[in-house]
Amino acid sequence: MENYSIFKLMKHSLSYHENWKRVWRSVVPKKNYDVIVVGGGGHGLATAYYLAKTHGIKNVAVIEKGFLGGGNTARNTTIIRSNYLWDEAAQLYELSLKLWEGLSKELNYNVMFSQRGVLNLGHTLQDMRDIERRVNANRLNGIDGHVVSPKEIKKIAPLINISQDIRYPILGASWQPRGGTARHDAVAWGYARAADALGVDIIQHTPVTALNCENGKVKGVETKYGSIGADRVACVVAGNSGVLASMAGFKLPIESRPLQALVSEPVKPCLNTVVMSNAVHGYVSQSNKGDLVIGAGVDSYNGYGQRGSFCIIEHTLQAICELFPSFSRVQMNRQWGGVVDTTPDACPIIGLTPVENLYFNCGWGTGGFKATPGSGYVFADTVANGTPHTLAKPFSIERFYSGALIDEHGAAGVAH
Amino acid sequence: MLSIYCPYCNEMRDEEEFSYSGEAHIKRPEKPLELTDEQWGQYLFFRKNPSTLHAEMWNHSSGCRQYFNVVRDMQSYKITETYPIAQFPESLDISE
Repeated sequence: MENYSIFKLMKHSLSYHENWKRVWRSVVPKKNYDVIVVGGGGHGLATAYYLAKTHGIKNVAVIEKGFLGGGNTARNTTIIRSNYLWDEAAQLYELSLKLWEGLSKELNYNVMFSQRGVLNLGHTLQDMRDIERRVNANRLNGIDGHVVSPKEIKKIAPLINISQDIRYPILGASWQPRGGTARHDAVAWGYARAADALGVDIIQHTPVTALNCENGKVKGVETKYGSIGADRVACVVAGNSGVLASMAGFKLPIESRPLQALVSEPVKPCLNTVVMSNAVHGYVSQSNKGDLVIGAGVDSYNGYGQRGSFCIIEHTLQAICELFPSFSRVQMNRQWGGVVDTTPDACPIIGLTPVENLYFNCGWGTGGFKATPGSGYVFADTVANGTPHTLAKPFSIERFYSGALIDEHGAAGVAH
Repeated sequence: MLSIYCPYCNEMRDEEEFSYSGEAHIKRPEKPLELTDEQWGQYLFFRKNPSTLHAEMWNHSSGCRQYFNVVRDMQSYKITETYPIAQFPESLDISE
C-alpha cells in the first residue's frame, strides 16, 4: 500500500498526479476462503479489515453486488453520535465513536471526521424530560453531553428559530460536542484500501445468488464465478438481509423500508453543527462542499425500490423551514432513497444464526453509518471466535425470544 | 406516492389517507399458552420481508377506518390487488 502523506503529495505533484497506485486490486475470486463477507458497504469492509488486522484472518473475500459503498453507505446523511439511552446501545455506539476519533490515522486515509457537535432538539415538555433523562444516562456511561437552553442553541446555530410562538417551539436540546459527520465514501474507500493491503480480496459487481448450506452448515456462496467455498460466511447486507436469510431458510425480525435524504445547492457556510429534531422529524447539517444535507423520515411501508413517497419529503422540509426560516428559499439539488433494515426495537442484530458458521450483522435500520467502525470491530470478533463479542451479546437474535429488547425507538433523540 | 384503492369505499385515494399495518395473513396462535418462547417470538416479530410480491395490511385511517389487504410489488411498488380482510389474494400464494 502506498502510504499517503504530504511528502507523497509533493512527489506526485511533479508528475501531475498521474502515477498514483490503484487503491485496491481487481481480483478474480479464489475457490476457497476462510471467511466470505457478503456486502461491501462500510460495515462489511470494516468487518473484513478488523478480521485481517485484529484477528489475523487474511484469507478473506468481500463480495459486493454493485460497487463499493454504493448502497446505504453512499445514501445516508453521515451523522455520527453516541448519545443513546440504554447501556447496551450506548456502549456499542461509544466504542464506534472512539474508533472514529482515530480512524483517519489508523487507515492512513482522510475520512474527514469532523466533530462539529450534534444538537437533538426538544419541542415539548415530554421531549425535555426525555432529553434530561438521556443526557444523565449518557454521562453515567461516560459519554459527553449536556442539556442546553434555547439561548445556548441560538449561540451554537445562529440561524435557528427559537421564537416561542411557532407551532413547535424549541424548548431546549441535548448537545453532544464529540458528535459530528464524516465523509461517507471515504469511509468505504479507506477501509477497502486498508483491508486490501492486508490481503483481503474485494470482488465488486458480483451478486450472491445462493448460500450453499449442507446439514445446517454453510459451505460457501453461489456467484457468477460459480461456487466459492468458505469456512464461515458473514452477511452484512442491510436492506437485503431478509432476502439472504430466506436463501438460508430462516426469517428475521426485520422489515426493509425506504429512507430518503436530499441535498441542496451549495451555499456559503451557515450551519457548523448537526441539528436533529425528533418531534418535527428532520435533521440537517452542511457538508464541506456547502450543500445542506437533509434527512427525511422512514416510509411507513416496506419496499426495496430505493425510493420513497413524496409526502415524507414534504413533511421533512416543512420541519426544516420552521426550524430555519432562512432555508425556505434554498433550492434542492438531489433527492434519493435507500433500503433500510428496520427491527422492532430499532437496534441491530449481530451474531450467530440458526445455520452453523453463518453470521449476520443487520437491522441497523436508519442509523447504521455512525456505527460503521464499531459494528465491524465487534462483528469481526464474533466471526473470528464463533461467539458473540461482549458488546454484541445483547444484540443477538435471541432477544426476540427472551423479550430482552433494547428499546431505542424515540429514546435515542431522533429516529436516527 | 401510492394511490390505493379502498375496497370498502370503492375509490382510489391518496397514500396519506392510509396507515400501514405490516404483513397480512398472520394467524394468531390458537393456543398461545402452549407455545415455546421461540414460537411466540416468531409470531410477534419475525416477518417474511420479501423483495417481490408481498401481501400487507393497510388501514383507511382518514377515511372509512376499515382494515383491508393489499398485494404490492416491493421493487416497483405497483399494487396488483386490494381485497377485504379475511379474503385471500388471487395474485399471490400466501401459504408458506
